[in-house]
Amino acid sequence: MAHAQDQSSQANGSHADWPDRIHAVFKKFNVRQVGHVPDTGHTRLISLCAQDNEITDVVLTSEAEGPGLVLGATLGGERAALLMQSSGVGNCINTFSILQNCGAPIVLIVTMRGEFNDFNPWQRPMGKMTEETLKLCGFHVYRVDEEKDVEPVLVAACYMAFGGNFQVAVLLSQRMINRMPGAH
Amino acid sequence: MLDRRDFVGRLLKDRGDLMVLTGLGTATFDVAAQGDNPLNFYIWSGMGCTAMVGLGLALARPDRRVAVITGDGDVLMALGSLATIGSQQPKNLSIVCIDNAVYAATGMQPTATGTACDLAATARSCGFTQVMAPTDIAEADTLRPLLHSGQGPLFIHARVGTQKHERIIPTRDGYGMKYRFLEASGKRS
Repeated sequence: MAHAQDQSSQANGSHADWPDRIHAVFKKFNVRQVGHVPDTGHTRLISLCAQDNEITDVVLTSEAEGPGLVLGATLGGERAALLMQSSGVGNCINTFSILQNCGAPIVLIVTMRGEFNDFNPWQRPMGKMTEETLKLCGFHVYRVDEEKDVEPVLVAACYMAFGGNFQVAVLLSQRMINRMPGAH
Repeated sequence: MLDRRDFVGRLLKDRGDLMVLTGLGTATFDVAAQGDNPLNFYIWSGMGCTAMVGLGLALARPDRRVAVITGDGDVLMALGSLATIGSQQPKNLSIVCIDNAVYAATGMQPTATGTACDLAATARSCGFTQVMAPTDIAEADTLRPLLHSGQGPLFIHARVGTQKHERIIPTRDGYGMKYRFLEASGKRS
């Protein structure tokens, strides 16, 4: 795990602590299930969740499985979050519908691809569609461009989602994540 | 070939506090035909998601038993979720797949289970601890206790015929179902 964290820090180009702050907000709001499909930008946060005995981290084979996990957690009285990269949002369009249909709260954290210095320009189409897609799927969407905003925005997202049974997404800009060339 | 409605009826006999999730399609009508229950949750969109709703619920409620009752079309649409469930090993989760090898709700078009895919073998290879493939209706009586106390994740692959049954259409109010489910399971805050 330490090795994975080191890789994450290198990929982020610095020892950014925003993943630690997101994890702390998860704890504050009693988020108990975190589903994810890996992304370099999420490496440290996934690792923090996996090491946390109070959080069940669920590795998904496709992001499309995530909304089902979230609805199930809701029916069991637990709060859930999903982590994915922007390409994964497109995989979820139909399954997001169950959250809106049942008033199941979700905090979705999306690391953006295809918008700034991405080594793979084929990420651009889905990256460009991500925010509008989420809005069409019923999400309230926040975008974070500066590290200092990560924590307050996450807190606001959790209050809105878990207080009002809404679907809330937080987009983390690719420039902020400072993806290294070649990272996925 | 098993009769689907008879099979589901026998599995759910004396169900007690078993939590039951149903997928989009005829399996919902089979479960509803046994009588509505606040611990039933019928999923009306997002085809393919039922097994994962079962996982999220099973992880959140390790003190309770969860049964997903759904069709082959729903399972085929998200085969990867079987691998996700196998990785998590929820002991309290059962998936009951009512496999008629057709999309019955949309005009009986064939599914891949009629030609290529053996879902029992798929579940086994994905790490389900117990996989049963009943061929006789009487087996429902021996499978029923497993839903309540068997060590999961459990997969019951029930190949059924294409008999027509009355469409019993239960509530489609997602908010209403959520709240009555939470209430009936002691989680309404």
